[in-house]
Amino acid sequence: MKKLMARHETYVLTIIVIFSIVISIINPNFLTLENTFDLLKSYAFTGILAIGVLLVLISGGIDISFAAVATIAEYLTVSVCIAMGGSMVSAFLLAIAVGVLLGSVNGLLIHRFSIPPIITTIATMNLYYGLLIVITKGKWIYALPDFFRSFADVRVITLQTANGIPYGLSVITVIWIILMVITALMLKYTRLGRSIYAVGGDRISANRVGLNVAGIQVFVYGFMGAMAAVAGIVQALLVQTVAPNSIVGKELNVIAAVVLGGASLAGGIGTVFGTFLGVMLLAIVQNGMTLMKVSAVWYDVFVGLVIIISVGFSSWKQKTGGRRVKIDVREDLPELAAAYGGSGTDTERENH
Amino acid sequence: MTIKIKKNELTVLTAIMAAVLVLMVLLNPGSFLTIGNLQGMAFQLPELGILTLGMMVVMITGGINLSIIATANMAGITAAMLLKGMEGSPAGAALLAAAAAGLVVAALIGLLNGVLVAYIGITPILATLGTMTLFNGIAIVVTKGYVISGFSDPVLFIGNGTLLAVPFPLILFALAAFIMAVILKKSRTGFNMYMLGSNAVAAKFSGVSNAKVLIMTYLISGLYSGAAALVMISRFNSAKSGYGNSYLLVTILASVLGGVSSEGGFGKVSGVVMALITLQLLSSGFNLLRVSSFMTTAIWGFIMIAVMVIDYLIDNRKKGGRQ
Repeated sequence: MKKLMARHETYVLTIIVIFSIVISIINPNFLTLENTFDLLKSYAFTGILAIGVLLVLISGGIDISFAAVATIAEYLTVSVCIAMGGSMVSAFLLAIAVGVLLGSVNGLLIHRFSIPPIITTIATMNLYYGLLIVITKGKWIYALPDFFRSFADVRVITLQTANGIPYGLSVITVIWIILMVITALMLKYTRLGRSIYAVGGDRISANRVGLNVAGIQVFVYGFMGAMAAVAGIVQALLVQTVAPNSIVGKELNVIAAVVLGGASLAGGIGTVFGTFLGVMLLAIVQNGMTLMKVSAVWYDVFVGLVIIISVGFSSWKQKTGGRRVKIDVREDLPELAAAYGGSGTDTERENH
Repeated sequence: MTIKIKKNELTVLTAIMAAVLVLMVLLNPGSFLTIGNLQGMAFQLPELGILTLGMMVVMITGGINLSIIATANMAGITAAMLLKGMEGSPAGAALLAAAAAGLVVAALIGLLNGVLVAYIGITPILATLGTMTLFNGIAIVVTKGYVISGFSDPVLFIGNGTLLAVPFPLILFALAAFIMAVILKKSRTGFNMYMLGSNAVAAKFSGVSNAKVLIMTYLISGLYSGAAALVMISRFNSAKSGYGNSYLLVTILASVLGGVSSEGGFGKVSGVVMALITLQLLSSGFNLLRVSSFMTTAIWGFIMIAVMVIDYLIDNRKKGGRQ
C-alpha cells in the first residue's frame, strides 16, 4: 500500500477519478461506454505520439521534431497510396520506414556530434517542416484511398445505442493499445528496455558498464520516428484528410501529457501506463469541458493550471524530500573532476 | 581552453555572417544593398531580436523560457486594452500608461516563472510550458479570441517610425541589447547568472543565493518580452493571442547560433546580435529572390545543424592536437 502511494501513477489516477466524478455529476453522458470508446479513438493519435516521446524522455533526451516527422510520413504515404494503390499494411510499413529514417537522423546527429537533443530536433523540425511545405506547396489531400476510409470504420466490438446507432471499440484504439503493450513489455523485460532507463539515469555509468549508448540513442529516436509515422497514419484515418500544417505546433502538448504521466525530463523515469494516464487526463479535461458546456476558450487555462499544479506538486515533494543531494552530486561529478585538474575535459565530453 | 573555443565560435559566426552577406549581395545585385531593403531589415529584426535577448538570458542560467511569446501577447493585449479604454485622453498619456501596464504584466509573469523555478523547484522547461499554456489561455479568455486593433499615431511610431532615417524599433533593440550586455558583463547579477549556469552547486557554496538570481533572470526575461510586445502591437497595429507563436523556437535557434550554450554558463550579446543579423540577411535575401519563407525556415534549420557540427569538429581537433 505504501509503495502504491509513492507511485506517481496513483496521483494521476486519483485526479482522473475526481475529475470523472465531478463531470459525471454535471453530465451523466460522460461515463458511458459510447463516450469512453469515442475518447479512446480520438486520443489514439496523441497517445501513440506519447509512447515515442516517453522513450526519448526516459533516455534523457527530448524531441521537438516528431510532429514534422509524423506529417511527412503521413503525407508521403498517402500520396504514394493514391498514386500506386496498396493496402493498409503497406501504408503502415512505408510510413514507419520514413519515420525511422528521419528519426534516426536525429539520433545520429545527437550522438555523433554531441549536439544537445533540444537544439538538434528544433533544427531538424525547421528543416523537415520547411521542406515539406516547399515541396507540397502546402496543399491539402482530400480524396484518400478507399481502404483508408473503410479501415477507419472497422470496429472490433460493436454495440448499439438506444436509438439503434452502432458504436464500439475502434480498430484505431486497438492499434494504440497493442503499441502500448509491446512498448511496456519491452521497457520492463528486455535488455534493450532496461538499457534505455540506464542511459537516461546515468549516461556515464551506462557507458562504463559497457552499454552501447550510441546504439540505444539511435534506437530511441528511430522508435520515436516510427511512433510518429504510425500516429501520422492514424491522424489521416481519424480526419480523412491530410493537411500539412495540422500536426506541427502540437509537439509541446504531447510532451506535457507524457510529463503529466510522471516521466522526468532529466531521464531515467517514466512508464507506459503513466503516459496513458497523462494522455487521458488531458482528454478528460477537454471532453469534460465540452460536456459541462464550459466555453472552449477556457481549455488552455485549465491545461496550464493542471500542468503547473501537478508538476509543481511533484517537484516540491522531490525538493523537500531530500533526494536532491544525490542528484546534484551525480550531475556535478565531471565539473568536480575538472576542478581538481586531471582529465576534466574528457569527462565533460562524455557527459554531453 | 573553453574560452578559446568560445572565441572560435564567434569567428565561425562572423565568417558565416560575412558569407551570407556576400552571397545575398551577389544573388540580388542592385536590390539587396538599397536603402529600402536595409530599412526593411532594420524594421523586421527588433521584434525577434528583443525576444531572443529575453530567451538568451534564461539560457545562460541553464534554463529555458517557453513562455516568452505568451508573455508578450499578454502584455500586448493589456496595453492594447488600456489604449482602447483611454481613447478620449491625450495620446501621450495613454501610451505611457499602456506601456507601463504592459511591462508590469510581463514582469509579473516573469516573477511567477521565477518563483516556480527557484522556490517550487520545477524544471524551467516545464514551469514555462505550464505558464505558456496558462497565459495563452488567459489571453484567449480575455480577448475571446478577437483582435484588438487601431491605435493612435504615437503608438504606431514605436514600431514604424524613423529617427534621422534610423527605424525607431532598431534604436529600441540597440538599447535593449546594450542594457543586456551591461547586465551580463558589468553587474553582479550577470556574473552570478553565468556562475549558476555553469555550476549551480559551486555557485551556491560560494555564497550566491541561486533563488534570487533565478528570480531576477526570469523577471528580466519577462520585461524583455513586454518590451517586444510594445514593438509587436505597434507593428501589427493590433494585439491578439497567438501572435508570433512561430518566433518561439526561432529565439532558441538564434541564441544557440549566437554561441549561447543550451546547458548554461556561456553566451554573449554580441554573438546573439550577429546570429540575428545572419538570420535576417537570409530571410530578406531569400524574400527578394521570391523564395518561399518555408524554404528560409528549412535553411535556418540546416545552418543550425551545420554550425553545431563545425563547432564539434573544431572542438575535437583542438582536443586531439593538445593530447
